[in-house]
Amino acid sequence: MRPFTYVRPGDAAEAVAAAAAPDAAYLGGGTNLVDLMRLGVATPGTLVDVTRVAGDEIEELPGGEVRVGAAVRNADLAGHPLIRRRYPMLAQAVVAGASGQIRNMATVAGNLLQRTRCPYFQDVTKPCNKRNPGSGCPARDGEHRDLAVLGHSAACVATHPSDMAVAMAALGAVVHVAGADGPRALPLPGLHRLPGDHPERDTLLRPGDLITAVDLPVLPMAARSRYRKVRDRASFAFAVVSVAAALEVDHGSGGPVVRDCRLALGGVAHTPWRAEAAETALRGGPATEEAFARAAGAELAAARPLPGNAFKVPLARNLIVRTLAGLVEGSS
Amino acid sequence: MTTTAAPAVGSALPRVDGLDKVTGRARYAFEHTPRDALYAAPVQATIARGEVDRVDATEALRRPGVVAVVWHANAPRLAPADDAELAVLQSPRVAYRGQYVAVVLAETPHEAREAARLLHVEYTAEPHDVELRADHPKMYRPAQVNAGYATDEEHGDPDAALAAAPVVVDATYTTPAEHNNPMEPHATVAEWHSGGLVLHDSTQGASALRRTLAALFGMPPEQVRVIARHVGGGFGSKGRAHPHVVLAALAAKQVGRPVKLAVTRQQMFAVTGYRTPTVQRVRLGAEPDGRLAAIVHEAFEQSSTIAEFAEQTTVPTRMMYAAPHRRTCHRLVRLDVPTPSWMRAPGETPGMFALESAMDELAAACGVDPVELRVRNEPATDPATGLPFSSRNLVACLREGARRFGWAGRDPRPGVRREGRLLVGTGVAASTYPAYRAPSAASVTAGPDGDFVVRIAATDIGTGARTALTQIAADALGTAPGRVRLEIGDSDLPRATVAGGSMGTASWGTAVVRACHALVAELDRHAGRVPAGGLTAEADTGEEIRGQEKLARHAFGAQFAEVAVDADTGETRVRRLLGVFAAGRIINPVTARSQFLGGMTMGLSMALLEESVMDREFGDYLNHDLAQYHLAAHADVPDVQACWVAEDDPHLNPMGSKGIGEIGIVGTAAAIANAVHHATGVRVRDLPIRLERLLEHLP
Repeated sequence: MRPFTYVRPGDAAEAVAAAAAPDAAYLGGGTNLVDLMRLGVATPGTLVDVTRVAGDEIEELPGGEVRVGAAVRNADLAGHPLIRRRYPMLAQAVVAGASGQIRNMATVAGNLLQRTRCPYFQDVTKPCNKRNPGSGCPARDGEHRDLAVLGHSAACVATHPSDMAVAMAALGAVVHVAGADGPRALPLPGLHRLPGDHPERDTLLRPGDLITAVDLPVLPMAARSRYRKVRDRASFAFAVVSVAAALEVDHGSGGPVVRDCRLALGGVAHTPWRAEAAETALRGGPATEEAFARAAGAELAAARPLPGNAFKVPLARNLIVRTLAGLVEGSS
Repeated sequence: MTTTAAPAVGSALPRVDGLDKVTGRARYAFEHTPRDALYAAPVQATIARGEVDRVDATEALRRPGVVAVVWHANAPRLAPADDAELAVLQSPRVAYRGQYVAVVLAETPHEAREAARLLHVEYTAEPHDVELRADHPKMYRPAQVNAGYATDEEHGDPDAALAAAPVVVDATYTTPAEHNNPMEPHATVAEWHSGGLVLHDSTQGASALRRTLAALFGMPPEQVRVIARHVGGGFGSKGRAHPHVVLAALAAKQVGRPVKLAVTRQQMFAVTGYRTPTVQRVRLGAEPDGRLAAIVHEAFEQSSTIAEFAEQTTVPTRMMYAAPHRRTCHRLVRLDVPTPSWMRAPGETPGMFALESAMDELAAACGVDPVELRVRNEPATDPATGLPFSSRNLVACLREGARRFGWAGRDPRPGVRREGRLLVGTGVAASTYPAYRAPSAASVTAGPDGDFVVRIAATDIGTGARTALTQIAADALGTAPGRVRLEIGDSDLPRATVAGGSMGTASWGTAVVRACHALVAELDRHAGRVPAGGLTAEADTGEEIRGQEKLARHAFGAQFAEVAVDADTGETRVRRLLGVFAAGRIINPVTARSQFLGGMTMGLSMALLEESVMDREFGDYLNHDLAQYHLAAHADVPDVQACWVAEDDPHLNPMGSKGIGEIGIVGTAAAIANAVHHATGVRVRDLPIRLERLLEHLP
């Protein structure tokens, strides 16, 4: 790998200043970045280690929100009592990802900012618009079984690989950022962007921006939520498709009715995919499998699968229906 | 001489090198660092076919620590190679993407890798063809297939028998390319001194590798020494020399310093062999009661343009069942792909997936229980050769497996067992693997202290060979295992066959027993007194093995699987896997069990996960790391059991053992695919059984 300089700043301001170097990169747990450096995909000249400045605590805020420090390790996030009790889908999503060893190292911010695992992106001997803008996308006509069915562009069909971010998108978590122009906040799923003509940009972060924390909102229905991940092997595999869902059901005389819901999909797009069309279709409607299937259909109408991943559309539909049905059973 | 009360063979002697391994004292190839060693970073072709025009090393050579760049224009010349894959850096031709075209040598591995990344190689690319199709116009009939078997074989009139058969199964099965992926990647440390070459190499066969390297460098074999004291798995991929070994030796010769070369996991997907993908058509013709009249099994496979490797996929079909009319054949196409090679049970593994899936389809078509169907087709003598079997206990394995698994009373109807949203089913398949032996030599020395040293160039690739040979020697010498020390893994020791073909223990054990018996006789002549300098005896089994009685020698087994398939997602998980084996006398029940379980786990992995995906546009295997090439993780293997039936076969070797390293994988994928059919009613004929192959067909 390319030789690099390693710096460990004392606080966030120092970190942002250190990251002003044009080829600097923040280093969290290193579970993705170091791999990419070894592959020659990432070639930073300076690594700014932020594991000691970005906050490694989980705390309840006065308004009832839960603040998660950006450097909190994935394993600590999944195991925290507040997360397990209030946001089980988030704890489930984190545990569904990677392996125990990786979760012990990986940070919350690093998880949000991990790069796609598209095989072409990871191979520097091949074209890839995300890695080398303008070089082309071999995945579209090549191997794309694991890639996007929603929101992709002619330039890129990559998926975002995170499980955690899918649950956070469903929750509407807010990402706090320290930048050269001071702090600001980006609500999920608004941190990530669709590829469009610029797949080299995964997020709306500006150069030097440092994620400092993620706030999880007060959302009582999330106490009965679920993350369900479909994967090829039982552990240590990225999602083929995943769903994060929370459901609030009124059990009236006319049958159960959806009062509110949250739904997001993973493994289908360049971003964690908040299923707003499905949520709209569900709210106020009957909490039945037929209604769930209609809502899933409303969301997936926008899907533009490629020949090798067309199965993801019925798979996502089945998964949405089954996960919501499971939440209804759990609520009665 | 001391006499022990209980024989060591058959006892659960703990691995004699276990402590060394868990404490890190056991040194693997790359852990040897000769003084002044350089580190090699190979550079791989980025075209699938064509020529290297120029290598511009200017920038690479400017990097700190970089000593040399070697490529075809400045590489030392080798003698012509039998295996063109080993003519490393001898010509500008590129035969597959990922082939070595240059190597950078530097003082540290990091410097070497960075310089390799910056090396500028110019090519003239030619159009490539990397896609295996059964109807490929360049399909041809190879002269023979792997292990020297006949390419085609025909008995009776299979076409007429198929036409006349009341029940016919005609199905095409495919298996993908698969890569061996042992835990320890291939590595070589090469050092030249006084005209001789010393290699620390992660190899399955030190003696064979020595011969290969000596021929390439035009030296007598005695001037090459290959050391492989510990090897972290191979599954066949370390059974023969691959280009990295030659590259390391070539580079060391060029710069006059020792060279260390560690093959990366990514490189292993191009340069260290793999299992060919196969397309197999199986036709079975049977009576309504399931008795076979005809079997036709045709396999279509690939090799590279520079080397012919023809997997013997349909060979097990020749001896498995008693069908009077049979045809088995192999066709091969040479593509612009990496060269395939041995991977655990080459031939049996893909071939028995097809045959045993077809047998399950026949059982369903006839309404006969799948265990019973196989029993009904049990041959009295080997259908392939007409010879008697030395022992054949497939039926015992099937019966014992059925009993242990709880097969009795199984409802044969597919797709009817639900547990919530899960569809549950069970399946069975048969296994077989030949019990080969190859000539080997051994020596044993008695010391005046009453201890013995056994010397043989065998290799323990993690199987427990060192332990098993200790037990075998102890019994042959009439002493305790603690008094026997094994020296293996060095080509300077008496010549031994490769740890492959499941024949290591049988071949080496024979030589060890003969040497031990010779020593005992010698000791008797010395009235039991060992001279001060010790006493040594040797044996070579060449004559014994060439003269052995002609019999059909094979191990057999039966695998049973229970699977659950998620009706919403098509995810298949194996709940239970049981293997029952008839493999002669078991030398060590602990290491043997590990071999069976390891093989079955690899079979599970093959059934559900493993697939090397060919990138048609660029011509390489795309998913070239363990994040993308999925192997079974622990969570995929919740309950796997292996056991064996007693088998007393006096026609094998002095131990009465059959090889056990490969049979565990053989029937497993078919047993799982058959269980998936029983669970869902969907017959998946294309491995691996990915969820999308089930999803649209689920109830």
